Amino acid sequence: MSYLEGTVKSTPVGLRKILFLNWPLVLLLGSVCGIGFLMLYSVAGGSFSPWAEPQMKRFAMGLTLLFVVAMIPIWLWRNLSGLAYAVSLLLLVAVALIGDERKGSQRWIDLGFMDLQPSELMKITLVMFLAAYYDWLPAKKVSKPLWVLLPVLIILVPTALVLRQPDLGTSLLLLTAGGGLMFLAGVHWAYFAAVIASGLGLITAVFQSRGTGWQLLNDYQYRRVDTFLDPAADPLGAGYHITQSKIALGSGGWTGRGFMQGTQSRLNFLPEKHTDFIFTTLAEEFGFLGAVSLLGLYALIILFCVVTALLNKDRFSSLLTLGIALNFFLFFAVNMSMVMGLAPVVGVPLPLVSYGGSAMLVLMLAFGLVQSAHVHRPR
Amino acid sequence: MKRNRAENEASHAKLTRRAALLGGVQLLFVGGLAARMRYLQVDQADQFRLLAEENRINIRLIPPARGEIFDRNGVRLAQNVPSYRIVMVREDAGDVDKVMQRLAQIIEIDPDTLTRAVAEVKRSAPFLPVTIVDDVSWEDVSKVSVNAPALPGITPEVGLTRVYPRGSDFAHVVGRVGRVSQADLDALETPDQLLRIPRFQIGKINVEARQEAVLRGSAGTKQVEVNATGRVMRELSRREGQSGLDVQLTLDAELQRYVQARLTGESAAVVVMDCETGDLVANASAPSYDPNLFIGGISSRDYDPLLNSKYRPLVNKTVQGTYPPGSTFKMIVAMAALEEGLTGPEEITWCPGHLEVGGRRFHCWKRVGHGWMDLKNSIKQSCDVYYYDLALKVGIEKITAMANRFGLGVKHELSLSSVAAGLTPTKDWKQRTRGDEWVIGDSVNASIGQGFMLASPMQLAVMTARLATGRLLSPRLIKTIDGVEQEMPDITGLDMNENNLRQMRTGMYQVVNERRGTAYSSRIIADGMRMAGKTGTSQVRNITAAERARGVTRNADLPWERRDHALFVGYAPYEAPRYAISVLVEHGGGGSSAAAPIARDVMLQALYAGEPPLEAYPTRDRDRIETQQRKLREMQPQAAIQGSDQA
Repeated sequence: MSYLEGTVKSTPVGLRKILFLNWPLVLLLGSVCGIGFLMLYSVAGGSFSPWAEPQMKRFAMGLTLLFVVAMIPIWLWRNLSGLAYAVSLLLLVAVALIGDERKGSQRWIDLGFMDLQPSELMKITLVMFLAAYYDWLPAKKVSKPLWVLLPVLIILVPTALVLRQPDLGTSLLLLTAGGGLMFLAGVHWAYFAAVIASGLGLITAVFQSRGTGWQLLNDYQYRRVDTFLDPAADPLGAGYHITQSKIALGSGGWTGRGFMQGTQSRLNFLPEKHTDFIFTTLAEEFGFLGAVSLLGLYALIILFCVVTALLNKDRFSSLLTLGIALNFFLFFAVNMSMVMGLAPVVGVPLPLVSYGGSAMLVLMLAFGLVQSAHVHRPR
Repeated sequence: MKRNRAENEASHAKLTRRAALLGGVQLLFVGGLAARMRYLQVDQADQFRLLAEENRINIRLIPPARGEIFDRNGVRLAQNVPSYRIVMVREDAGDVDKVMQRLAQIIEIDPDTLTRAVAEVKRSAPFLPVTIVDDVSWEDVSKVSVNAPALPGITPEVGLTRVYPRGSDFAHVVGRVGRVSQADLDALETPDQLLRIPRFQIGKINVEARQEAVLRGSAGTKQVEVNATGRVMRELSRREGQSGLDVQLTLDAELQRYVQARLTGESAAVVVMDCETGDLVANASAPSYDPNLFIGGISSRDYDPLLNSKYRPLVNKTVQGTYPPGSTFKMIVAMAALEEGLTGPEEITWCPGHLEVGGRRFHCWKRVGHGWMDLKNSIKQSCDVYYYDLALKVGIEKITAMANRFGLGVKHELSLSSVAAGLTPTKDWKQRTRGDEWVIGDSVNASIGQGFMLASPMQLAVMTARLATGRLLSPRLIKTIDGVEQEMPDITGLDMNENNLRQMRTGMYQVVNERRGTAYSSRIIADGMRMAGKTGTSQVRNITAAERARGVTRNADLPWERRDHALFVGYAPYEAPRYAISVLVEHGGGGSSAAAPIARDVMLQALYAGEPPLEAYPTRDRDRIETQQRKLREMQPQAAIQGSDQA
């Protein structure tokens, strides 16, 4: 059932829309960001600079963005989704040509006031475009090969571009989120079985190719996988990150060492202590209870999204909300797995907590879309 | 786009199913994460907490203050003084070159040192202090402090360094410290962690080295919290170490100073031993050097002359140098014969000036001969033929055995580096080392302390002390450690016939105090202070036939290094021996002219515990001695630091 067929009259107008926002979700987002500020304050040794303060400013910006996006009717977003996807794709191409190279990969575009990471934007626009596609596509065509091939291309083109940067983590996220959306849209089981089977085949190929002339991944990517499989083998070299991060987690215990008392992260034993590894600080300072609480907040955010998605009769809104929730889930699941030594170190930040402008703004934009879908749902 | 309602419902139901499935998977994953968290944070917490402690706590060593060294009266011979150095921390300095330039304008820095320091600063971790200049004066420290705002990253630091206030006087006893070298580390199986501290000083030779374990002390530790790059964040706890213990020597700094001064210009060695305890009260080797030069590493400009000098200032001639004892050995031969009952005090031998042994003619030093000689006269006039004769009767094995009982050929336990054992040859020894049969001529040579026979001045002093007292005295150098008197070995008797020893003493008395005695000109005339002794003149090499042909017959005509060594051993007072002395003057000529006068001066200085009255000297010597005393009174050791105090 499309939006236009709904009972338009009951949809709020103007600033009254603010009252119809999914406020519990806003509150949950705020709490998670609040935890982020605390952690950034702590890793800076009890100082708002250099991380906590800019992060708060970005949160303020992000919150504004969320409200603005939420005010705009969801059908407008649906109509813009093709354009948004195209722009993201262009930016990805641009970043490959003119982007800044940092730490051996080319991911950023300097916009003057901030550094934009187009791959972050792509995570959302890909989901938007796929949701719009399946909203438009009649249900009985969903599993037809031709109509399956199209979204596969929509997913693979940006994935390939991101992989070239190279950014293995994000490209895997794009692939999974895109695949997840296709699954939600009702594409036949057999396709996924085939993809998983060929995926396993690909993994085998990737490892078979190691050391040969047609090697599929960079050496550092192979090393990361090695490290993940056996971090203890080289505790001061490649396994350093994982070992140190596990030490930080483990030394937290039940209740942690207390706010600002963490030694591992504050003393620089941890790499990227304010970005990818910020979860270790939380785990060390607030212990198991603190870490599980954050995990609980994340789970609640997902739950709220799933509930609002399922209650929404608009197919685009449902798919979009579920896709964003899936993206969000992948974000924190991959980050936490990595920090806890369950996944290789792939460079995925902890959503809304890690220091970083692009990720924060993009996520707030995404939740703006979720809110818009919620506010403008057919009643 | 209009859609069939049923179709919509169906697709929404499918969406709900799949969303529920995906949500379930997500929930499962979240559960998995939580379980993993529990495992890491609760089940394995203890293990990881331990690892975390190791990660952040680093143990740093605090170097202990080294024990100081004193003489028997508490005069400081080695002390610790604060030394200032200028250090730089790169990360605080900002522009290293600029700051260095400014520093060089404020205090004087050698350009080489500066370049080396800049290179080191740039090479080291940014937070580590790097020493720019060592041993800077207090004045320079003040200048740097005053200019601190213009010199970011530069701070003066204080440490302790070793100083030898008595300079060259004690270089051959106290020794010196220096930085730990790789060789020092390699020599130890498990080197003390302290040795790894940059600029840590350890004893290199003599007492400083041999008493290292006592002097060093033990390291304190401080626990510091460090981050992954090793920067110290704060100090957590501190455990003070144990300072090194003080060591007191048996030496008398004043006497030692006098002896070193008296030996100025000579290549000589003097040992003075207390006849009561065996304490060494003076142990001097000349020329000496200033140990203070070595502490921070010596420059080759300073070192090369020391190394290349033919007077060997770096060698401690009292224990390291071994020389043919010459006629000072005659008492040993006489004692061997007497104890074996092969001769007696009344037996006389005719000295025609030479003795034919095995087809070879051995000369007496007195070419015309001494005529009839009894035991005491043979000592007094040092007749060689008398001892050739005794040696033929006694044999080398008995002589060597007797020499060993008097401490010759024996390595004495002393806290000094390279103590030599000397050499008392036997037939077996010669066969073993030279692959040659012992010939009778070897015994004849040995009888007058020539040939293979070698002894150090230290051993000769021990020999003399044992002759004088009849007791088995051994030299002692360390008096107290940390104020605790060092145990003296039980001093037993020599287990020899006292009458025989008395014969020796009488002979030695006559050497110095009777006309025609070889040291008569060096007698002491003060009552109760009279000295007994024996001169020795040991040949380094025979005068060759070619030289004789050129008219070289006297020592003075030979180049220095081929002249005879002059020796004298003695003790005083004759009636109740207080000190035994041995004097060696390398290539000094005759023992009576070169060594005995030094022995008399030193002995009097020791007996009077300071400058002796002129009345102790024979009348005709007094004017000369007065001039000499005036000169020596003013003489100070090389590079001694003035104003050093008693402890």
